[in-house]
Amino acid sequence: MELLFEPWPWYIGGPAIAIILFLLLFTEKRFGMSTNLKTLCSIAGAGKKIPFFAGDWKSNRWGLIVALGAAAGGFIASNYMTNGTVGVIHSDVVTTLNEMGIAGAGKDFMPAALFSTDVLQQPKVIALLALGGFLVGFGTRYAGGCTSGHAISGLSDLQWPSLVAVIGFFIGGLIMNHYLLPYLL
Amino acid sequence: MKRALIYFFIGILFGITMIKSEAASWFRIYEMFQFKSFHMYGIIGAAVGLGVLITQLIKRFKLRSFFGAEIQITPKAKLVKAPLIGGAIFGLGWALTGACPGPIYVLIGSGYFPLVIVLAFAVLGTLCYGWLKPRLPH
Repeated sequence: MELLFEPWPWYIGGPAIAIILFLLLFTEKRFGMSTNLKTLCSIAGAGKKIPFFAGDWKSNRWGLIVALGAAAGGFIASNYMTNGTVGVIHSDVVTTLNEMGIAGAGKDFMPAALFSTDVLQQPKVIALLALGGFLVGFGTRYAGGCTSGHAISGLSDLQWPSLVAVIGFFIGGLIMNHYLLPYLL
Repeated sequence: MKRALIYFFIGILFGITMIKSEAASWFRIYEMFQFKSFHMYGIIGAAVGLGVLITQLIKRFKLRSFFGAEIQITPKAKLVKAPLIGGAIFGLGWALTGACPGPIYVLIGSGYFPLVIVLAFAVLGTLCYGWLKPRLPH
């Protein structure tokens, strides 16, 4: 029962993700969330100008339904499956983030400095979110998948291009985390 | 319609998992790239460990889906430059916003509305990739 309200340890979260992979494979789909971004481009009519987006997007409609469910799941978990606590964040990380002006580590689920509704009046934060979003969208499609498609589905299928992609994720992630974020935030 | 409900339900499970495991948390992603916690590595490691088992059992025993067809697992394109360069570009965005393409929807549903900006620009980024694709190394 506590599991419904407490933050989950990794040994619950990891297997839960494997269950999602299992359910999608056994309902004849694959676990890959970035394809939705391409589907949205196709729905918006990008296929008329760019061949990459042409073709029948309706075969990917299931992915949009999963995304809609994901939003509903987020709403349910954040509102009805919480006791207001989050998991412990390493004290060094809390200190580093506080020095960078990012408060709330170990207390809040997300940093208010980046994701509270107030940031919609801060051009700098809007620019950072826009830049980050652009890199996520461009990079995942270039790489042919994201954390779900490559790191979970691809590695589970022992696909070496997925291992290359995960190495890429960490190269980019470490550069941003260690060398760029201190200047950007 | 019935299948749509199944996918919606799977999505709900995914959303709950992303929040409860904190895999959608910006703080957790930051901590992971600082190598200060086992949490995210444990999640990915356990998911992949069980995922290998599930995937290999499907292939070895040619298992059938709940709907009766043999499960097809399409291999990824055998490329090096695209997953490496594209992956690194995604990694930059992931470490900045903490948002993978899945958690974006989860977080918007949770009420973190500035993620709508991330989503809009992620669609734009995908659009730009599709446009530039013929000129990029793969």
